[in-house]
Amino acid sequence: MVRVDGSGSSNSLISARGLSKTYSRGGEQIQVLQALNLDVDAGEFIAFMGPSGSGKTTLLNLLGGLDVPSAGSITVAGDEITHMSRSRLTQWRARHVGFVFQMYNLIPVLTAFQNVELPLLLTSLSKAQRRQHVETALGVVGLSDRIHHYPRQLSGGQEQRVTIARAIVSDPTFLLCDEPTGDLDRKSADEIMELILRLVKEYKKTVLMVTHDPVVAARADVTLHLEKGVLVEADRLQTVSSGGAR
Amino acid sequence: MAIPVVYNLRSVKERWTSAVVAVLGIAGTVGVFIAMLSLAFGFKATLVSSGSSDNAMVRRAGSTSEMDSSISLDQIKIMEDFPGVAHANGSPLVTPEVVVIAPFPLRSTGTDANVQVRGVSPRALEVRSKVKMIAGRFYQPGLAELVVGRNVDKTYAGLSMGDSVKFGGGTWQVVGVFDAGGSAFDSEVWCDAHVLNQIYHRPENIYQSLTVHLDSPSSLRQFKDAATADPRLTVDVSPEIEYYAKQSRTLTKLIVVLGGIVAVVMGIGAVFGALNTMYSAVAERSREIATLRALGFGAGSVVFSFMIEALLISLVGGLLGAVAVLPLNGLTTGAMNWQTFSHLAFAFRITPFLLGLGLLFALVMGILGGFFPALRAARRPVAPALRAM
Repeated sequence: MVRVDGSGSSNSLISARGLSKTYSRGGEQIQVLQALNLDVDAGEFIAFMGPSGSGKTTLLNLLGGLDVPSAGSITVAGDEITHMSRSRLTQWRARHVGFVFQMYNLIPVLTAFQNVELPLLLTSLSKAQRRQHVETALGVVGLSDRIHHYPRQLSGGQEQRVTIARAIVSDPTFLLCDEPTGDLDRKSADEIMELILRLVKEYKKTVLMVTHDPVVAARADVTLHLEKGVLVEADRLQTVSSGGAR
Repeated sequence: MAIPVVYNLRSVKERWTSAVVAVLGIAGTVGVFIAMLSLAFGFKATLVSSGSSDNAMVRRAGSTSEMDSSISLDQIKIMEDFPGVAHANGSPLVTPEVVVIAPFPLRSTGTDANVQVRGVSPRALEVRSKVKMIAGRFYQPGLAELVVGRNVDKTYAGLSMGDSVKFGGGTWQVVGVFDAGGSAFDSEVWCDAHVLNQIYHRPENIYQSLTVHLDSPSSLRQFKDAATADPRLTVDVSPEIEYYAKQSRTLTKLIVVLGGIVAVVMGIGAVFGALNTMYSAVAERSREIATLRALGFGAGSVVFSFMIEALLISLVGGLLGAVAVLPLNGLTTGAMNWQTFSHLAFAFRITPFLLGLGLLFALVMGILGGFFPALRAARRPVAPALRAM
């Protein structure tokens, strides 16, 4: 169960406590996240919403070990990641995080197969085992027939499927999706969301997703809003908003 | 495991126009580098091959070359009886020699160049077994006849078989052409030492050097010890090979130093070309690099990957430069031998060692041109670069 009040149990898969992030821009200190708390259990699908600049991507970057917080701690599956060295954090990312980006971020000179194989190159799997994993992942996203296509030979929706295959191929602890449908038409966006839902329901994946689109966010188990650097649950936000209107 | 090399290969292919600039810069530098060294190596090899391991060269003690040396006939007679001297038909295999410099017109420009004219003994061909007559015959003792090296025949006007030529106050007849196996003798004219001394009004019993054919290379020690121990002699004895190697040093050093300066200056330019190519590669692919980093590839992998790319580019440049200068191999050119002031024909010698050295130079340029951009690629913050367009 998702909690944002710091009352989560020690069994939470992801636990953030007092998470703050401050940027310095032109001598000015900008506080993006303020003592934020978050607890996510395994198998949950969480959507983060909020206005531009509210810190959604910053939160995702911190949870994914791409950035370090100014204060607070993050624990994932019992590992405290906030004090890890850069090289250890890199290794941790490879093992625990699957990334899905808005702009797909595929390597244009590599085929779908080679792109999906990349995370497996960091494991001790043999070539044959890697091949099997890649084919399985591309099968899950429905691209078995596009295995040797380059990204430029694929549609936006197909590229995003390859990205998802790359994110799941090493069976990471959780997936971080940053606007996964932000660059797609509605039909493709629906297909991608169906795929993500399948990953959650069929493969019991834990997914944290940032989106601007309420329709997309509605497919998640829980939608959390980032307001002034802290997380607020959607129903509570409604209460706060309607309370404010009265 | 490292980032796959196929990523670098295809990335270079995608951005080939940028890579071509670096490749050409490195190719040009490596080409000049190999050409310069092959010139120096060719010059050195020509002189060194003039010597034989079983020949000793005797000169006046303290002389720097044959030009400033003198040995009397009496001294020569003493040395003929020393141990280690090879004999044939009951007489010692030695050749007392004199050298003069005479100007002859070059076929290519018509201008005069100095030719070394060597007065030798009739046994010169036995002492220097590498030298073979390829046309005509050897001179007849007592006659003003010349035999010319094969380069002389090709390079100078009026010194071909059958030609009659005037120099030193005498008229000479060219009666033969010899092949000295690509050594310095190929650029010389030989004649009877007695005749040369007479025509040049030199003392009859004074020579400039004595070349001694030894029983074996190991006999040099015996011969040298005898010459050193004899109070009647004030001579230097050296292996013939060493004498010619020493002669090649000044010009070889000059070519290597000048060539080195040119190659280093060009190399700096090529490194900047490589730097530019690699920095732009890093800038254009910042999102790809960030993605690889996000997926878990470490900073070391990124540095390694971009170094591999820089080395690939430099290797192609190096190979191209090496292939471009290969046709120079064997091409004959000429230079002044500063020890004898005579013109010496020699060929560019592009050896596998030189090609390897050229490729090594290319790789060094690749390392210098790739390291800092690779470091920049690895140090870039991942999160902002992931969203870079």
